Amino acid sequence: MTAALALGDDALVLSHRLGEWAGHAPVLEEEVALANIALDLLGQARVLLSLVGDEDELAYLREERAFRNVQLVEQPNGDFAHTIARQLYFSTYQQQLYDRLARGDGPFAPLAAKAVKEVAYHRDHAEHWTLRLGDGTAESHERMRRGLEALWRFTGELFEPVEGCEVDWTALHDEWLARITAVLDRATLTVPEGPRRGAWAAGAGRQGVHTEPFGRMLAEMQHLHRSHPGASW
Amino acid sequence: MAADAEAYQTVFDAALAADERIEPRDWMPDEYRASLVRQMAQHAHSEIIGMQPEANWISRAPSLRRKAILMAKVQDEAGHGLYLYSAAETLGTSRDELLDKLHSGRQKYSSIFNYPTLTWADVGVIGWLVDGAAITNQVPLCRCSYGPYARAMVRICKEESFHQRQGFELLLALSRGTEAQRAMAQDAVDRWWWPSLMMFGPPDEASAHSAQSMAWKIKRHSNDELRQRFVDICVPQAEALGLTLPDPDLRWNEDRGHYDFGPIDWEEFRQVLRGNGPCNTQRISQRRRAHEEGAWVREAAAAYAAKHGEAGA
Repeated sequence: MTAALALGDDALVLSHRLGEWAGHAPVLEEEVALANIALDLLGQARVLLSLVGDEDELAYLREERAFRNVQLVEQPNGDFAHTIARQLYFSTYQQQLYDRLARGDGPFAPLAAKAVKEVAYHRDHAEHWTLRLGDGTAESHERMRRGLEALWRFTGELFEPVEGCEVDWTALHDEWLARITAVLDRATLTVPEGPRRGAWAAGAGRQGVHTEPFGRMLAEMQHLHRSHPGASW
Repeated sequence: MAADAEAYQTVFDAALAADERIEPRDWMPDEYRASLVRQMAQHAHSEIIGMQPEANWISRAPSLRRKAILMAKVQDEAGHGLYLYSAAETLGTSRDELLDKLHSGRQKYSSIFNYPTLTWADVGVIGWLVDGAAITNQVPLCRCSYGPYARAMVRICKEESFHQRQGFELLLALSRGTEAQRAMAQDAVDRWWWPSLMMFGPPDEASAHSAQSMAWKIKRHSNDELRQRFVDICVPQAEALGLTLPDPDLRWNEDRGHYDFGPIDWEEFRQVLRGNGPCNTQRISQRRRAHEEGAWVREAAAAYAAKHGEAGA
């Protein structure tokens, strides 16, 4: 079940990162919105991981190299613009991927059909904020530009075929780029020009090679569970 | 004019006497309005400051199920903050103004959130005792004389009672778990029990606002009455959990039909209220920092709305 692990880890890890915003959001409405998105993703992760095995064993007892999420979702939150850039790239991808899976007859069709509605909201949320920040003040424009730029090199990996997901990855990529281009255009921003993957192993999250911040994130996430082997919670 | 004011006062008094609700457009005495704003603001601030000690454990929640429950709870608290600030806005006080008073220390939040959450069991105890005490305080507010506050409280109390149950259930899992989990639960109860009793405020004879609030039917029961009700509810629940409440004087009093309990350390309460609790500085500085660091986001939303005629974020 490579695919369930890949999609499940994406959702689990991004949910964790969004959960780190609790108590730190720029406005009360965003405390609610970011938690809502984190909860949707956690729900998806639990269904997907349960297809593979015990959700808690998978989340809490795997080592870093066994996680199959893309590197984009493990990137630290940064400022609000950085988080929104990560949300824009990922939720656009996830919405289009789940939309395809929902229309197919593969094992993920029922899950994707439910999740795609949630993810469509995540994408709307990210797009609205991209517009506000891009076309807001000079400062917000600059911060949004930096966020998009910094995360651009993690977007190539999104379109590496995942075994078990029967979708046209090239078409998915083209559709993603078209949507991102249109949103950034409306937001008076431009699509970054740098490479879509790093020179070394960036873009290898699906193979279990992650970035430095991920180990630290897992250390925090797993420590309590691991400190009490065999306990139930 | 004086005759008009008197006539308005008569209508207001009659509405209170008939247990009718006062609505935003109704005339009300300035002091009634000020007292409500003070109380609703303090309540709203408590919701948003109260997110911090629990959010402290989201990233370390020991199972995915617990993590989902905790995130949902913290999200509910943000939502409660939103309803309450909106309810306060019906009295002509904006959210920005109230947040400014919170950040500058001119308005308070519940002192209980100035205690730290040191272990996972603290998350359970906050649900069981802190939310339990809050519900005991808040259920009567569903009948408060001011309509928007009373209606906000109906919704909030429903969610709070879910929070209270999840806290109890979390502690039950710990108390039936390993030795280390049990010890963690007992330690948390030992640290939170007395501060929870302080949540009902000073004893009746020392409570600054109580008498007037009761006359206005904003408040329906005295601090000591509610505190006693809470103790009576908690004792059998602690027994069901197999945990001990840290009070050697706690025992059933047949004559009173209530549990007697030991003296509360009001000096500690005063100290924490005065800003000398373990987390006062930390809580307010995190709040201020989030607000200040978010200023450019709010400015961007306002600028965008001005350009595009969209309602602000």
